[in-house]
Amino acid sequence: MRAPAILFLLCGSLSGAAAVDSCVTCHSALEEGTKGPATLIKNDVHIAHGLSCADCHGGDRTSTDPEVSMSKAKGFKGKPARTAIPAFCASCHSNPDFMRRYAPRERVDQLDLYKTSIHGKKLAAGDANVATCVDCHSVHDIRPVRDTLSPVHPLRVAETCSRCHSDKAKMAPYKIPTNQFAEYRTSVHWEAMTKRSDLSAPSCASCHGNHGAKPPQVESVAEVCGTCHVLYEQLYGRSVHKPIFSVAGGGGGCVVCHSSHGIQYPNTKMLVGSTSVCAGCHEAGTPQSNTAAQMAGWIDGLGAAIKQSETVLATAESSGMEVSEAQVRLIDGRENLVKSRLALHSMKPEELRVPIDAGMAIARETLQAGQASLRERDNRRYGLGVSVVLIAIAILAIRSLIRRIESNPSN
Amino acid sequence: MVRDLMDHKVVPVHAGTAWYYFGGITLFLVGVQLFTGVLLLLYYRPTVAEAFDSVRFIMTRVQFGWLIRSIHSWSANLLILSAFIHMFSVAFTHAFRRPRELTWLSGILLLGLMLGFGFSGYLLPWNQISYFATKVGTDVAATTPFAGPAIARFLRGGEDVGAATLTRFFDFHVLILPLITFALIGLHLALVQKNGMSTPSGVPPSKLAQMKFFPNFLLRELMVWYGVLAVLGTLAAVFPWELGEKADPFASAPAGIRPEWYFLAQFYTLKLIPSHVWIFEGEILGLLGFGALAAIWALLPFWAVERYGASRTRLANGVGVFLVFYLFVFTLLGYFK
Amino acid sequence: MQGTSSAQPGSQDRRTAISWLLGGGVAASLASFFYPVIRFLNPPQITEASVNEVAAGKVQDLKPNSGKIVKFGNKPALLVRINDTEWKAFSAVCTHLNCTVQYQEGRREIWCACHNGTYDLNGRVTSGPPPRPLDEFAVKIRGDEVVISRRA
Repeated sequence: MRAPAILFLLCGSLSGAAAVDSCVTCHSALEEGTKGPATLIKNDVHIAHGLSCADCHGGDRTSTDPEVSMSKAKGFKGKPARTAIPAFCASCHSNPDFMRRYAPRERVDQLDLYKTSIHGKKLAAGDANVATCVDCHSVHDIRPVRDTLSPVHPLRVAETCSRCHSDKAKMAPYKIPTNQFAEYRTSVHWEAMTKRSDLSAPSCASCHGNHGAKPPQVESVAEVCGTCHVLYEQLYGRSVHKPIFSVAGGGGGCVVCHSSHGIQYPNTKMLVGSTSVCAGCHEAGTPQSNTAAQMAGWIDGLGAAIKQSETVLATAESSGMEVSEAQVRLIDGRENLVKSRLALHSMKPEELRVPIDAGMAIARETLQAGQASLRERDNRRYGLGVSVVLIAIAILAIRSLIRRIESNPSN
Repeated sequence: MVRDLMDHKVVPVHAGTAWYYFGGITLFLVGVQLFTGVLLLLYYRPTVAEAFDSVRFIMTRVQFGWLIRSIHSWSANLLILSAFIHMFSVAFTHAFRRPRELTWLSGILLLGLMLGFGFSGYLLPWNQISYFATKVGTDVAATTPFAGPAIARFLRGGEDVGAATLTRFFDFHVLILPLITFALIGLHLALVQKNGMSTPSGVPPSKLAQMKFFPNFLLRELMVWYGVLAVLGTLAAVFPWELGEKADPFASAPAGIRPEWYFLAQFYTLKLIPSHVWIFEGEILGLLGFGALAAIWALLPFWAVERYGASRTRLANGVGVFLVFYLFVFTLLGYFK
Repeated sequence: MQGTSSAQPGSQDRRTAISWLLGGGVAASLASFFYPVIRFLNPPQITEASVNEVAAGKVQDLKPNSGKIVKFGNKPALLVRINDTEWKAFSAVCTHLNCTVQYQEGRREIWCACHNGTYDLNGRVTSGPPPRPLDEFAVKIRGDEVVISRRA
């Protein structure tokens, strides 16, 4: 009973002053427990827009009398139950007229999306352990998404999801694996995000959705990847694999070969050898397996040819020869290598030959330029050698002339 | 008169005769620079938009352009090295003493002009290194007490290094400096002919063997010049001068940007001096220090001669040794730090 | 005249032969200096060194609402003919991960195939991952030649 008494005294002593937000003023003076939010809200976007605790929790912010400021008559809701949190937030965030005052372009369908999500469905069935708004967006110190310290900033989303989804104990009842974040951290997308700060790199929400979070179904995996990797999706879409991978039990589009979370830089080892993904379905010796080997061979061949050109040109350059034109041409060669890796998704060798042939032509051209450059360098050194020899002869000639003159004292 | 000269000019033969070659080597390299420079002028375009590309054109498309350009760049460095050796050999043999004071002074001025050639020529390819080295160099010039900012504005043709600077440096390099240099070389050589070759002090010239300049010494000089040419050709063919990347004023300066080696000692010294020493700005102190050292050195003929006693000449040698040591060590430090 | 060496006729011949050899060496060394200089004086076939301006073909070669890739300096450039009279040119290097962009006639926009980045006809990013707009170049029509150059 002492706490409310102290509260009363403290708040009473502050009456008379024009307290803008009595919630903050009083709660800041408290011990740990209910003090926490009062400190956290310093960083909150709602407070920054002039809202107060009372705008969410109800009550009267102008009164320093706790009986008044926290009275049910004034609409005080207190701390909502976990299952009631989405509706709590949505009381403003799903109200277009209200949101228009503060952020006219912001979406107002988060609750609708949430209701379709796995989290939303389970929450509606009474499971309070799933994620609600505050689990991802934090509470009381909610920062805008573009704030790098926000748990839902693009660079931090994966970390936030992993707080639950990498927790074996939490995921056990749902029988969901917990290795996704660990796998994702080995992926090219994670590297793009962390090493290059590429905000466009996909993380969990990019493929699974954020408010409407749900893993894409097998028939739509390719579409999801295709939001960025357009051409790959198109080629795959007309390849023999699509109807097979997109049905139940088919594995799910791109994921079949490229995995879902731990996506690595692709290379020809995915086509042949011990790490071949083709071998998962196609036995050795079958036409498909042979095609895979053939395509891998072509791509490796082009890669090797380009590497050879690169090496020769680098040698020429480091010996002082000017080979920038050939080096620029080689950029086109590398693009053809990329295009060839794209073309193989059609699973049609004749389509792959186009960029392979173009790339090989460029590799040949640049190799010849590099070798010509090295020959020219050798010619120059040879020419220099000749000049030095001639100069040495000239020096000897002068020396013998000097001797001849000086051995004859009458000169 | 020339006939007369050819008949009578002699070169004393003694232990230090070899040093006599360095004046000629320097002159030869000036000739090489003039010749290759005129050739380069056939293709070089002195504007910000085209300078770099014209040098690339010379290096890649013009027949033997790579050779002419690399020789020009290497010869510039050898020229300055040779000038320094010539100066120090004159200093240590006290050849600056009467009656050769004016020869010494004109030589000091010529060395300064050679450094000016090096500084102005360095900018002309308009690549990253040359742009930022010029920026650093003119910034240092701006810290000269009193006249500094005015000097920097004059050099740059404005507040920043830019198109105006390139035009100006081209004018300096191709016309103004050559005209002054030829006049001074003319004076320098005329004085040498008038006064003859200096001999080691304490040894009367009549006691030394003499070699006729024409043809004996001249033929020897030709041998040396041929040798220098061979060195230049080798350097140009085996270590071609790099093109670099086109200057981008908006990029940050390349890491570790520093001037060419002949400015490195001073550059490194200035880096070492703390930004403030008592009430004085460090850089100004540094520049004043260089100025004082240069003045002492230039005025050697007037204070370091036997007339004032042997201690003076020993002091002069000491200053010379210090200078060589300082330049050598600090150039190395500047290069590796 | 005092003899300088033995008067044997053989050695005299040898000395003459050596003299000729040495004289020839001097002449050859001089030739080896002047040969490169003479060739240097002869201007090469292509006289233009400039990469500030590139001829991008004839006006008739590109139809309205189409684009083509042109080499500009050591990077690709995209020339777009918007209609009969309007032309645009940009650096064709996508600002995301340096793939070469292309013109999309149907959508009248510039597109990068690698990660679906799109730019409008002012070079500004309209969707996708590219972080910066494309550098724009100036297009001039000289007679029936299209010329791309850097903007001042």
